[in-house]
Amino acid sequence: MDYSKYLNKTIQDVKPSGIRRFFDIVNEMDDVISLSIGEPDFRTPWHVRKAGIDSLENGKTWYTPNRGFKKLCQEISGFVQRKYDLSFDPDTEILVTVGGSEALDVAIRCLVNPGDEVLVHQPSFVCYEPLTRMCGASTVVMNTKAENDFRLTPQELEAAITDKSKVLILSYPNNPTGAIMGREDLEALSEVIIRHDLIVISDEIYSELTYRGNHVSIATLPGMRERTVVINGFSKAFAMTGWRLGYAMGPKEIIAMMTKLHQYCIMSAPTVAQYAAIEALRNGDKDIDHMRGEYDMRRRLVVGSFNSMGLSCFEPGGAFYCFPCIKSTGLTSEEFCTRLLHSKRVAIVPGDAFGDCGEGFVRVSYSYSINHLTEALGRIKEFLEEL
Amino acid sequence: MDKLLRLLSENSAYTTQELSLLLGESEDSVKARIADYEKQGVIKGYRAVINWEKVSDSGVTAYIELKVTPTKDKGFDDIAERVMAFEEVSSVSLMAGTYDLGLTVKGDTIQDVSSFVSRKLSTLEGVLSTATHFFLKRYKYDGTVLADSTVDERCMQF
Repeated sequence: MDYSKYLNKTIQDVKPSGIRRFFDIVNEMDDVISLSIGEPDFRTPWHVRKAGIDSLENGKTWYTPNRGFKKLCQEISGFVQRKYDLSFDPDTEILVTVGGSEALDVAIRCLVNPGDEVLVHQPSFVCYEPLTRMCGASTVVMNTKAENDFRLTPQELEAAITDKSKVLILSYPNNPTGAIMGREDLEALSEVIIRHDLIVISDEIYSELTYRGNHVSIATLPGMRERTVVINGFSKAFAMTGWRLGYAMGPKEIIAMMTKLHQYCIMSAPTVAQYAAIEALRNGDKDIDHMRGEYDMRRRLVVGSFNSMGLSCFEPGGAFYCFPCIKSTGLTSEEFCTRLLHSKRVAIVPGDAFGDCGEGFVRVSYSYSINHLTEALGRIKEFLEEL
Repeated sequence: MDKLLRLLSENSAYTTQELSLLLGESEDSVKARIADYEKQGVIKGYRAVINWEKVSDSGVTAYIELKVTPTKDKGFDDIAERVMAFEEVSSVSLMAGTYDLGLTVKGDTIQDVSSFVSRKLSTLEGVLSTATHFFLKRYKYDGTVLADSTVDERCMQF
């Protein structure tokens, strides 16, 4: 049977992820030491797991309200107020989703019409473009630069805007670069955003993992709250990736539309995860502080080691990645990663998997124990010496 | 707690360069602080964590609960000092609870430990009773899981 005539044309045309391709090779090999995983190495804190277990023991196995438990929305509202000075009404401006991923998908589908242009900065997380294309719209890529510490500049934004531009997807703290945007950086952008009447989807999933001052959400800047959907979740902050729980916050008109779509495609986010998340928000601050402290030590070790090996690496301010430049080796990102994998059995991700402008860089995750990192860094050093 | 001490207690083989990066302070400062800790007797030594079960002829270890009579002037210190003077004894602690001193004792065989307890330890003046427990298997020791390292179960996503 020729399935291609049955399958949706747009999804058939979406390119397979570059990371996946690389990892098919890695999975075939033994004894590989990896610095490539994009999720916390910590387990979900015990008291949070216990809250999930308790909910199951008590037979709390039904659907929740479409938008999520009211008490969860209230805890989210309190958490983002306390942490980022964001004010969202728990009854109308928050939607609990299946991970930040669903929140992104639903936000894009609710804001984008066929023919619209969605502005995306790269290197970045890989799902924005496919999700946009599924709406019959296209992305316009803005290449951020190492010399700007991979921050998006107002000039780069301005240059990418056309009369079809509608949505800007911002992704800071950034995967794969670890870049962050400070208040002044965001203020400079917001002027352009407001002048061109854009809507922002701000993917802030790594907001709890910043190492130079607190995270600033663009929605807190003057004139921005009314035109921003903030995406966040529990995966990175509380080491809860497998629970699949995230949330979107924004103006009630947008959240109402997103809730309508969410109700048709998902109904409600996992109940057990919602119970666990309530506990995480109520009593999880010390867990976040502990994990952030650990990541920060590893970050300094990894960044310092790359710089002393002669691979320049700007200091990432957030997430758990660093993005060293490998141009001095004369290899492409893919060659570098493939040769490193075959000769030293260390797996890292070629930077161009996150957009063409990631060429010349590699993504290194430091979501690993210090012993694991030292072993891998030692092997990378040997690899460079033998080149 | 000072992070430097925590890191060294987890892995005393860290180089000062690694410690300097991990802690975000200069190598000189790390060296000076370690020297200071050594001088103060806070850091008492550096050693490897060995999984003795993987080593043949590694002997047996027992944990011994000791009930004793404290002496008038020195309380438990006097008897503790006499107990720890035996080379068979690798650790001694004063405990709160149903016994007074907790000891770990090492020997080549069970017979060695038994004879140490019956001939040397229980005959000491002030010792009222002993209860000996032999270690069968160690799963985790002083913060280190002794089983062979587990596989990383995380899946590659984006």
